[in-house]
Amino acid sequence: MILVYIEAREGKVKKAAFEALSETRRRADELGTEVGGALLGKGLEAAAAEAFARGAHKVFLLEGEALDAYSAEAEAAALSELAAEIHPEAVFFSATSRGKDLAPRLAARLGASLASDCTRLEVKDGRIEYTRPIFAGKALLTFRLKSSPQLGSLRPNVFPLLDTGRKDGEVVKKAAAVRSDQVQGRVAEVLAAKGGALDVTEAEVIFSGGRGMKGPENFALLEELSDIVPRAAVGASRSAVDSGWIDHHHQVGQTGKTVSPNVYFAFGISGAIQHLAGMSSSKVIVAVNKDPEAPIFKSADYGIVGDLFQVIPPLKDELKKLLAE
Amino acid sequence: MNIFVFVKRVPDTESKIKINREAKSIVEEGLSFILNPYDEFALEEALRLREAQGGRVTVFCVGGEECLTVLRKGLAMGADEAVLLKDAAGETYDGLRTARILAKALQGKYPEFDLLLFGKQGMGADNAQVPSMTAELLGLPQANVVTKLQVEGRAGTAVREIEGGEEKVEFSLPAVVSAQKGLNEPRYETLKGIMAAKKVQIPVVPVEELGLDAAELAAGLEITGLDTPSERKAGRVLTGAPEEAARELARLLRSEAKVL
Repeated sequence: MILVYIEAREGKVKKAAFEALSETRRRADELGTEVGGALLGKGLEAAAAEAFARGAHKVFLLEGEALDAYSAEAEAAALSELAAEIHPEAVFFSATSRGKDLAPRLAARLGASLASDCTRLEVKDGRIEYTRPIFAGKALLTFRLKSSPQLGSLRPNVFPLLDTGRKDGEVVKKAAAVRSDQVQGRVAEVLAAKGGALDVTEAEVIFSGGRGMKGPENFALLEELSDIVPRAAVGASRSAVDSGWIDHHHQVGQTGKTVSPNVYFAFGISGAIQHLAGMSSSKVIVAVNKDPEAPIFKSADYGIVGDLFQVIPPLKDELKKLLAE
Repeated sequence: MNIFVFVKRVPDTESKIKINREAKSIVEEGLSFILNPYDEFALEEALRLREAQGGRVTVFCVGGEECLTVLRKGLAMGADEAVLLKDAAGETYDGLRTARILAKALQGKYPEFDLLLFGKQGMGADNAQVPSMTAELLGLPQANVVTKLQVEGRAGTAVREIEGGEEKVEFSLPAVVSAQKGLNEPRYETLKGIMAAKKVQIPVVPVEELGLDAAELAAGLEITGLDTPSERKAGRVLTGAPEEAARELARLLRSEAKVL
């Protein structure tokens, strides 16, 4: 069995977790093994039922007072306890902020090396070959893991969702042995971003601005665009962030986030290597820049050479019309 | 407070990465190397904590003698001490191996510590594994991708970045914390610091002498390929007045690219 950690927040499963579950199921079918989903915490029965459509053969619900607030120590302990019982061939995560925090902790606990933030899994001669971007996407590393179980995390927004049509299946409830007095660190509070804005790593459409935005006030134009389009977010280049125009959590590129949305709009971004590295796995790239020589045009599927302040207003109207159709 | 900061030597972010496909490795000739930018935030935070609360800051690095330059930079920024854990393995992309080396070195030679600080990831390998792994191996709490850190007595509070928000993590010391951009504004080295750092004899401890067995020092990854992604081709430039270009763009995104 391959175990997949299903990340849920407030009872709701993250889309990235279902993507990881879906991809694991496709590879498990090739390997001739089953997929188990692991949900940790309470009130997750409905989430468990959803997992069957996304490829789970079986779902483990781990409960315990130490799992009520997220703690990497407690969750790693609970998962390793489950692993000791079911001996999975592999344990996979989605490479979200949670997955990146927890997967290495569990890997060290199980004495296993970890394939982080993978963008491709392939089965070759009965073994999994992992591919992951390094140097923020400037190169791709392909490898096998020697240790057992295999530990991996899968990049969000890369793997398509599966729909098996199944609506229920075997749910196994277990009480985790870990106690909260054994845990030395935990999440005390979750502070949501204002307006519940979507993170660039989760967005399907990104409206990103660079030095050409000219000042912090103009990022409101990008926010207006992202309000029109579903699952959209505002991104930024390093120079916009370093100028103090917008917060760092919007930054795309090698010192920011690596993104792979369906469409990446680059407004007034010249296209430095470190920026391109972070967004070149976007499905479609649109560049708007008044400098026809800007390197960004070499990577863009569609380019408009012109003043972004003149392009954004009609583009906003066109997108509104399009999405209303 | 006794603080250890783990640093890594990485290629500059503006580098164009060239690959030796046969050796399955990055071509190092022509690259300029720097102290991993995220480690600078970690070191700056350590220096500020020392300035506010007293104590010592030690910078550690796992790697070959070429890493002495980033340790010297750490000293020039203000660290009290630097140690090289000398390792000839090169880049293995295996965070567990590095974490085992660090954990063993701390347990054996430097068991007295309050805080272990890291950059949130080493730029290049981009694994983001070593902080959590070291925490687990040493049985410590962890707070990763941290943009705010407070330490009072034996308790710490950190704000860490998550999708669409932040999480406040409370933990007891000793602990592992990894730094994200935004935690602080790292200082520049002073000329005096640079001159003084040049004269320091940095202790070198071969990783083979730490008491790890051969299996623990073996790389856990069997690399089968290293490649550059297929280059994107330049697409179409839309001309005309902004209104026309915008209309054409919206049409193409729907009917040609089918992404909206």
